[in-house]
Amino acid sequence: MIRRLLYAFGLPVVLFAVWWFASAGSVDFYRPPLSAILRAFGETWIGPRLRAEVLPSLLRLGAGYALALVLGIGLGVLVGLSPRLRVAVEPVLEFLRAIPPPVLVPVLILFAGIGDLMKVLVVVSGCVWPILLNTVEGVRAIDPVLADTCKAYGIGGVDRLRHLVLRAASPQIVTGARQALSVGIILMVISEMFAASSGLGFTVVQFQRGFQIPEMWSGVLLLGLLGVLLSGLFRLVERRVLAWYHGQR
Amino acid sequence: MLDVRHLRKVYSGHGRTVEAIGDLTFHVDAGEFVTVVGPSGCGKTTLLRCVAGLLPATSGEMSVDGRPVSGPPPGLAVVFQEYGRSLFPWLRVADNVALPLRQQKMSTVERRRRVHSALEAVGLRDSLEAFPWQLSGGMQQRVAIARAIAYEPRVLLMDEPFAAVDAQTRADLEDLVRTVWQQLRITMVFVTHDIDEAVYLGQRVVMLSRSPTHVVDELSVDLPDERDQLTTRSDPAFGALRAQVYAQIRAAKKVPAIDLGKATT
Repeated sequence: MIRRLLYAFGLPVVLFAVWWFASAGSVDFYRPPLSAILRAFGETWIGPRLRAEVLPSLLRLGAGYALALVLGIGLGVLVGLSPRLRVAVEPVLEFLRAIPPPVLVPVLILFAGIGDLMKVLVVVSGCVWPILLNTVEGVRAIDPVLADTCKAYGIGGVDRLRHLVLRAASPQIVTGARQALSVGIILMVISEMFAASSGLGFTVVQFQRGFQIPEMWSGVLLLGLLGVLLSGLFRLVERRVLAWYHGQR
Repeated sequence: MLDVRHLRKVYSGHGRTVEAIGDLTFHVDAGEFVTVVGPSGCGKTTLLRCVAGLLPATSGEMSVDGRPVSGPPPGLAVVFQEYGRSLFPWLRVADNVALPLRQQKMSTVERRRRVHSALEAVGLRDSLEAFPWQLSGGMQQRVAIARAIAYEPRVLLMDEPFAAVDAQTRADLEDLVRTVWQQLRITMVFVTHDIDEAVYLGQRVVMLSRSPTHVVDELSVDLPDERDQLTTRSDPAFGALRAQVYAQIRAAKKVPAIDLGKATT
């Protein structure tokens, strides 16, 4: 246990220490000492900004991610179950997937304005692809013996969807969802750098423009920490959902 | 009960056609235990998948309980060879057995009763909460059999169910299948490549030729109903039957398959 903690936190601690000492006497305006950044971190983020900037960001990310999950899994199951539909939509999917989502921001502003809706849609437009494509692959790879078992025993409809299709595809769906999560964090920040009035991305840009350099760095640090936290949360969920899968090997 | 007439199955695809089943006709009475034996690769699994409604036949007629087979017939259960792949790895043993019952209208109490008694019948009362992959191969196949029992089918098809378990487990499972059949009085069709197993289990053995498959011969197994791994297998009558089947299978393997059915009519 202690050993595992040591392995998990060893490298971050070392990197932090290196940063701390290397930047200790820094007088460079753009590269302030870590001590200054940490001081700014406490002052900047612990307090009203948590509600005013961090929470809206997370809510938009959450909404976009959830919507992408529903859309991606729903469409993925449909496409994965029907070979004909797959042949028809695959080229279109590949085309849409190849569009970098940030490029959609100006387009989406035209249609969805500059409010929360636009930012949620940007997150969706990036997150949906890894989920969708992985779900299609997962559904296609359902074991034919299991499919026959369902057929022979008359297991159909919702039971088949719930107990065969979704569960069989779940390892792939989780893989897609994990990729989508990191894409989502990136897009959350990017969407807030355009025409925004709140959020983490907006705040970091504001600090940079106002030459509040330690504060800017502290925003970057916070984003990194959020990423770690969210992926930890993801791993907890994954361990529950895929207990059977990891137990098998 | 179960009727197969002039069944023919041709696989085509990837630029070649394979005639798996040539012309297959046989009949199984209600409550009968029939074993189907043939050389490896003779289309036994294809036959079973056609009867189970999992695979459309190229031509010919099949009926179960008087009703023509166009999809999986109701009241028919299948135990597959690949036990590891026919159980749901994300469901616990009890849930695996219960899943097919969810489609039938019955109370939760009744469902639980059926699941428990089926698992009890195969000797797995203590493994309700286990995941299939936590069990040995033989135990997994027992779960698959329990699932079939709980379904209370009128016909049970078994596709080389013991091909992948060790010899001792296999003997136990063979006796289990005999017991299940005797207690439930259901119609059994048991496909195997093992001649000893075919003779030991069945009331009648249907022998198949190699592909394109037809029925070479049928043999009544006039052994007593109470069978025992030790005494039955050392019975001279068992040896004689076994030799008869063996000779037919060997002949079927050597001679290129001639369609006897068509030649005589």
